Amino acid sequence: MTTARNSNKAIDDLTSNDVSKEFLTIIVGGQMFGIPVLQVQDVLGEKGITRIPLAPPEIAGAMNLRGRIVTAIDLRYKLSMPKREDNAETMYIVVEHENELYSFIVDKVGDVLSLPESAFEKTLSTIDPAWRDLTSGIYRLKGQLLVILDVPVVLGGYFNKEDSVA
Amino acid sequence: MDDLIQEFLTETKESLEALDTDIVKLEQNPNNKDLISRIFRLVHTVKGTCGFLGLPRLEKVAHHSENIMGRFRDGGLEVSEDTVSVILESFDRIKDIVESIAQTGTEAEGDDSVLIAKLDAIYESTGKPNKTMANEEVFVPVKAEETKAAVIETKQFTAEKQEEHEVEVEVEVDHEHDHDEEHEVEEVIVKAAAATVDKKQRKANSGEQTLRVSVDVLENLMTTVSELVLSRNQIMQILRAQEDSPFAAPLHRLNHVVSELQEGVMQTRMQPIGNAWNKLPRIIRDLSVELGKNINLEMKGQETELDRQVLELIKDPLTHMVRNSADHGVETPAERKAVGKPEFGTVLLNAFHEGGHIIIEISDDGKGLNVDAIRKKALSTDVITKEEAKDMTEQQIQQLIFAPGFSTAAKVTSVSGRGVGMDVVRTNVEKIGGTIEMKSVWGKGSTFTIKIPLTLAIVSALIVEVGGERYAIPQISVKELVRISKEANDENHLEDIHGAPVMRLRDRLLPLVSLRKLLQIDEHADENKKSKIAASYHNGKRVENSQVVVAQVGSSIFGIIVDKVFDTEEIVVKPVSPILKGIKLFSGNTILGDGSVIMILDPNGVANAMGSRNADAREMEDQLQENLEKNLNDAARKTSLLIFKAGKGAKRAVPLSLVSRLEDFDVKNIEVSDDKKVIQYRGKLMPLIPFSSVMVMKEKGTQPVLVFSERDKTLGLMVDEIVDIVEEYVDVQISSESHKGLLGSAIIEGEAMDVIDVGYFISQAYSNEWYGKTQSYTSSGVDTGRTVLLVDDSPFFLNMLTPILGAAGYNVISANSAKKALEMHKQGKKINLIVSDIEMPDMNGYELAKAIKDDDCTWKDIPIIALSSHATPQDLQEGRDAGFTDYVAKFDREALLRAISQIGDR
Repeated sequence: MTTARNSNKAIDDLTSNDVSKEFLTIIVGGQMFGIPVLQVQDVLGEKGITRIPLAPPEIAGAMNLRGRIVTAIDLRYKLSMPKREDNAETMYIVVEHENELYSFIVDKVGDVLSLPESAFEKTLSTIDPAWRDLTSGIYRLKGQLLVILDVPVVLGGYFNKEDSVA
Repeated sequence: MDDLIQEFLTETKESLEALDTDIVKLEQNPNNKDLISRIFRLVHTVKGTCGFLGLPRLEKVAHHSENIMGRFRDGGLEVSEDTVSVILESFDRIKDIVESIAQTGTEAEGDDSVLIAKLDAIYESTGKPNKTMANEEVFVPVKAEETKAAVIETKQFTAEKQEEHEVEVEVEVDHEHDHDEEHEVEEVIVKAAAATVDKKQRKANSGEQTLRVSVDVLENLMTTVSELVLSRNQIMQILRAQEDSPFAAPLHRLNHVVSELQEGVMQTRMQPIGNAWNKLPRIIRDLSVELGKNINLEMKGQETELDRQVLELIKDPLTHMVRNSADHGVETPAERKAVGKPEFGTVLLNAFHEGGHIIIEISDDGKGLNVDAIRKKALSTDVITKEEAKDMTEQQIQQLIFAPGFSTAAKVTSVSGRGVGMDVVRTNVEKIGGTIEMKSVWGKGSTFTIKIPLTLAIVSALIVEVGGERYAIPQISVKELVRISKEANDENHLEDIHGAPVMRLRDRLLPLVSLRKLLQIDEHADENKKSKIAASYHNGKRVENSQVVVAQVGSSIFGIIVDKVFDTEEIVVKPVSPILKGIKLFSGNTILGDGSVIMILDPNGVANAMGSRNADAREMEDQLQENLEKNLNDAARKTSLLIFKAGKGAKRAVPLSLVSRLEDFDVKNIEVSDDKKVIQYRGKLMPLIPFSSVMVMKEKGTQPVLVFSERDKTLGLMVDEIVDIVEEYVDVQISSESHKGLLGSAIIEGEAMDVIDVGYFISQAYSNEWYGKTQSYTSSGVDTGRTVLLVDDSPFFLNMLTPILGAAGYNVISANSAKKALEMHKQGKKINLIVSDIEMPDMNGYELAKAIKDDDCTWKDIPIIALSSHATPQDLQEGRDAGFTDYVAKFDREALLRAISQIGDR
């Protein structure tokens, strides 16, 4: 795992009574996002992707992870962000959903943050409308917003939005 | 379900199974005390537990069974064949009830009174065994009111039976019954008796040690082993690249071990196909009865093993097809007798292994597929259009039974016609990676062949490359590989029709699809890959290294154009991620030995993708066909010409086909008779005519002569020199009248030459006999008094045929176009017969025929003979459809004359 430089390490006013959840932070297109750690299987560096012809545009291709096939999803595309430049850094976050493996292609991976539930905000008025469906809420960190991704929804809306992230 | 009941069920089932074998033995050792005791104990236990668990029906049956077992055990009652049957029956009943409990949690409703009556009957009998008869005889006292119930019950009972037997049963009915009821009862009892378990045919548990294992456990084991196989492949691949590795020996050993393990695990899932067949004898028997036919079911290769999962999936398709054979295939005994077949129809099931697959053949010796019925049905259900129906061959029509929504059963019987259909069968078979083929001969029977891979998970696939990426194509669909030739006239040259590629492969036209296009690769090509792509780009007319994978899906064969073909590999098929399920072109993906992920193509999906261009494919096939025809046409127009010199050294030409022989006569043998030169030739006197009067006759040596003959008349045309024989397009420019003996001139081999008019010379020689004195070729000899209208746009042929027809005794009128012919019709010309060319500009022969056959035409009933350079069966058919009475090849004079005379005889 590469450590990111620009993550805020902690929220200072954490009280010990608060139930907290842990999130893996990632950077995509300059914005920080979070994925519940429990959903993350693996974090990988450049692995080699096989393109899948005729696949929807957000599917970047397929990867081999220890004998299992992982479908790679380009988060930039999903989040309606500009295409990543060639030779830009990429990392892959592998998640499992309904017995299938998927990987999110991100720019950078940050640290794991432990955040209190009480600080979780569901109100999404501040969120870019393009992201609204894909996210379940935000945390206000020092200096920036951490947008929490709703993994099942990100995986294409082919699945029911059963478990939200909060 | 209640734990208690569950336990009870498991235990009971096990005991019943254990006893199954022993029951069989009971018949041979009827008085095996030990056995009887065991049976007694079983039913005793069952009875007791039932009461405890509240299962009254089961209890009752068990109770009555226990009664008789008790009598057997304690003596006083001898076990006989009949009683064993009843015991078995009661066992089956217990089994059934137990099964129903297992499924629904409670006992199924049912009336066991018949069985119980039987049990009681035995119980009360004196102990003397009933006279055993060759067939099972069951006396069942049935009260009148109970008849209905008995019917229902036995129906239920027999419906659950698995074995089938031919058994005759006499029903003596003492009471008065309705005829129907009596019949019903009879029928039912026949069924019941037939369903009686025949000990000899029982599935014998041979006493092998067996173990119960949950199916899930085996599945997991299977998956894990597959992964192991993949890893092994990867390791071996790496090893191959290493020269001297200390890992070599142990890894080779590992390789073997893994292969063995793989085989072993696959074995666990293998079951004999006989298991899928065991219901079939019964089904055939029922069908025989229901349809009034005599059908034998033969099964070969029951022990052939296949994967359990596959077995499950083909059970229903097999049943469906066997039913079809019985219902549609095999004829009634009367029908069979009428065509000389044995009364008993045979349905044959044959299973065997072949190269990693299991082949199952279902064949019958019935009447085969009724092409007309299929065609009609397909038209009426809009499966095909009238246009398509016209073009389809018999085989293609037969294949229509696989079309969705198709069924030829006029009504939905309990047997067929529910629209389940062969398309479902095909889909199911293809789902598991198999194929189904059908062959049928009208009057002889049909054979269906199913080919299924032995395992589902691991598949042989051909690895190909397109646009720098690799893909896998299942080997089972690959027929052959063809390299595209760059040479324009080579067989395997890529041809282009309306932008769609095709290729001629031996005798057929192969529609092609570019995989690159299908996968839309170029649009997404990475920049750094573009250069690689450009090198093998095919539409840019550079086709280096392009290969065509000839694939077959069902009956449709097509070619997939790829850049490169690698080799065949065993791959583990992994289903695609759900997100990608919608992409019909892929049936899965896999990891190759080198760790890379590649997609597996679904040939079915590819065929469908092409099929949306099917209309185009058809079009282009037609287009190509047209081109071919045109070439043929042109080839047809090339005539063999004999070149000779005659009269002042000028070269002349004559169609070789008109020349019978080329001779060189010794001048000495030429005689003069009646002022004319003649020679004795083949027993006759043949007149000799100089080509022209200015010819210098040879005084000695040999005289070259062209011999023409028509029927029994021959003519020798004397020429100066015979030069050559060539093939040329004969495009005769008609000359003016003044040149007698000349038809016109033509450019032959770059030279202008005169084409001679054979008819003229013939008339010269036989002015009185062949033709009239004048040069109008009216016949005088064998005048039939009939007039023939000859229609042909080629003056050459007109002039060639006219004398022939004239000689046959017809008055010949000629028209050099269909239009002219119709004009003559308007003019009211009276004719008896029309002989028409087909290939004519403006209006062709077919159109002429149709115009003539039109109701308004006075020539409607006049026979028309078609002349053409083609005579394929299709042409003949088309000709007949257009209204031609007959169809004759252009160069076949004899055939024409024959055809004419045949018509004349009508």
